[in-house]
Amino acid sequence: MTVYAAPGSPDAKITFKPRYENWIGGEWVKPVKGQYFEDISPVNGKPFAEVARGTAEDIELALDAAHKAAPAWGKTSATARAAVLNKMADLIDANTEMLALAETWDNGKAVRETLNADIPLAADHFRYFASAIRAQEGSFAEMDSDMTAYHYHEPLGVVGQIIPWNFPILMAVWKLAPALAAGNTVVLKPAEQTPVSILVLMELIGDVLPPGVVNIVNGFGVEAGKPLASSPRIRKIAFTGETTTGRLILQYASANIIPATLELGGKSPNLFFSDVADHDDAFYDKCQEGFALFAFNQGEVCTAPSRAIIEKPIYDKFLGDAVKRTALAVQGNPLDTDTMVGAQASNDQLEKILSYIDIGKQEGAKLLLGGERVDLGGDLTEGYYVQPTIFEGHNKMRLFQEEIFGPVLAVTSFDGYDDGIAIANDTLYGLGAGVWSRNGNVAYRAGRDIQAGRVWINNYHAYPAGAAFGGYKSSGIGRENSRLALDHYQQTKNLLVSYSEDKLGFF
Amino acid sequence: MSVIETTGIVTASVTIAGETVPRVEFLPVTVDLLRKLWLQYGPLMIHQSGGCCDGSSPMCFPAGDFLTSAQDVLLGRLDIAPAGGDPQVIDFWMSAEQFEYWSHTFLTVDVVKGRGSGFSVESPEGVRFMIRSRLMETATPFA
Repeated sequence: MTVYAAPGSPDAKITFKPRYENWIGGEWVKPVKGQYFEDISPVNGKPFAEVARGTAEDIELALDAAHKAAPAWGKTSATARAAVLNKMADLIDANTEMLALAETWDNGKAVRETLNADIPLAADHFRYFASAIRAQEGSFAEMDSDMTAYHYHEPLGVVGQIIPWNFPILMAVWKLAPALAAGNTVVLKPAEQTPVSILVLMELIGDVLPPGVVNIVNGFGVEAGKPLASSPRIRKIAFTGETTTGRLILQYASANIIPATLELGGKSPNLFFSDVADHDDAFYDKCQEGFALFAFNQGEVCTAPSRAIIEKPIYDKFLGDAVKRTALAVQGNPLDTDTMVGAQASNDQLEKILSYIDIGKQEGAKLLLGGERVDLGGDLTEGYYVQPTIFEGHNKMRLFQEEIFGPVLAVTSFDGYDDGIAIANDTLYGLGAGVWSRNGNVAYRAGRDIQAGRVWINNYHAYPAGAAFGGYKSSGIGRENSRLALDHYQQTKNLLVSYSEDKLGFF
Repeated sequence: MSVIETTGIVTASVTIAGETVPRVEFLPVTVDLLRKLWLQYGPLMIHQSGGCCDGSSPMCFPAGDFLTSAQDVLLGRLDIAPAGGDPQVIDFWMSAEQFEYWSHTFLTVDVVKGRGSGFSVESPEGVRFMIRSRLMETATPFA
């Protein structure tokens, strides 16, 4: 319907600067070593800006700024902090289109998603935590008639955050909102694949925050991420990414005796019980969409429903309908609001997805749809596009066990409730899961039996700010969204107060 | 007059008790990149990652930076040194829980252009290590 003009062209609603510095102490600061790296748009495979290549020196500057700002921000009232978060939310809402385009160009995802999911969710996330911190209360308990224990939530101080490239702005806000609401100052390192869109956001909201409350240093993991995560100057590290780096983060945290929260990915099962096919109605249609949602965000979601497990009695019918439904997904120019499937975020992601398609075939999985790289021609010809792909196989195949992080679905059947739960749980991961059934009791039991931190019942890919999100098993530690996220960014101060004038009697 | 040496594939030693067949190899392009990184970082190690974003790909670190434990399996040791040079051995690790699902595949470490990740040392070079797999002839899949 609407095809947005590419950034930099005459009618474009966004123009990128040719070069982006780091955001430190409320200013744009050049990297100490003076080096930059290219940001490539997955839409057309071409560079569109250069970005500061931060190193340990820049991380130190950012930590300096964060430490300088921390005492005042930590003592700012919850009311005032909430007002700041709400102002940032208002600015995001007033600039949705521009931010959505920035996100699409940096990540490659369809603008239909950034306009309707990524950016509105980001604004709402700030609003949620503005409310949550206002409503948060401490507690007290009388120890005896002369002594009372008062419990206060206090900020940790300066925290480090390392975010992934799959929802660059939203992942930044998921981390920033609770940290800032709780009164901490932050040094954030975006992913090197998507370093710019968050800076476009900071250009918009940066002045609402006191200088040094949020600091952003771009760079490569080994050069900027590692110095941040291993710094003795942070009181907490938060990380979303893959398993090996997650373990390294925990290692560094242990050396510094600080808490770490990790979100490390999943291989989420989507369980379809046979009663979903009882009627050919709106709900059946919703289940069909639920199946196809493996392609949402080009499959680049930690909770992608990448395993569809369909109950045997309806297997052929449901799968047949679902494959046809998936084939209708529109893949194309991410700037076109009709496009549902955009580009994968980088060349190496595309290569990895293709190598998984290859191992799937080698292992004997049956290809039901897709399986090929796509050349969209014209200016998009070097973009990173791959077809939504569906394989049929069994749960021990690598296709079923490993996170491919692309629009590739592994499908198998289950024979009765216990078999379904067993297959759903036969995975190293436990981040997300979907359960589809018209029978509320079955859906409830399945939801409780699946070992995952987020189980969607009769829906998928909803991320409201008030619903706790995080992993079981090797999917990570800690929760984001909801009040639980505040807990990770605060520490408890107990004031133990005596109202007695008399000595203890020991000395 | 120097002899230009063509880099060949480097195959891992066998390190798992009871096994006789190597499980990992480095392509020549991988060996060349690792030799370059060795000059910058010193001895190196590799841990195969699982999980989201940049996972399902090998992570290369300075040797000893990443602590391995009884929860990890050493899949092989690969000497990337040129013929006649001092050994430059790289240990290739994977978590034991992940190895259960990978054990029927032979891993070839390739290099692709990319942007990329975690704290793996090749990322500033604008390339990324990647695994290409094939079923192992002597392993029984899904045994």
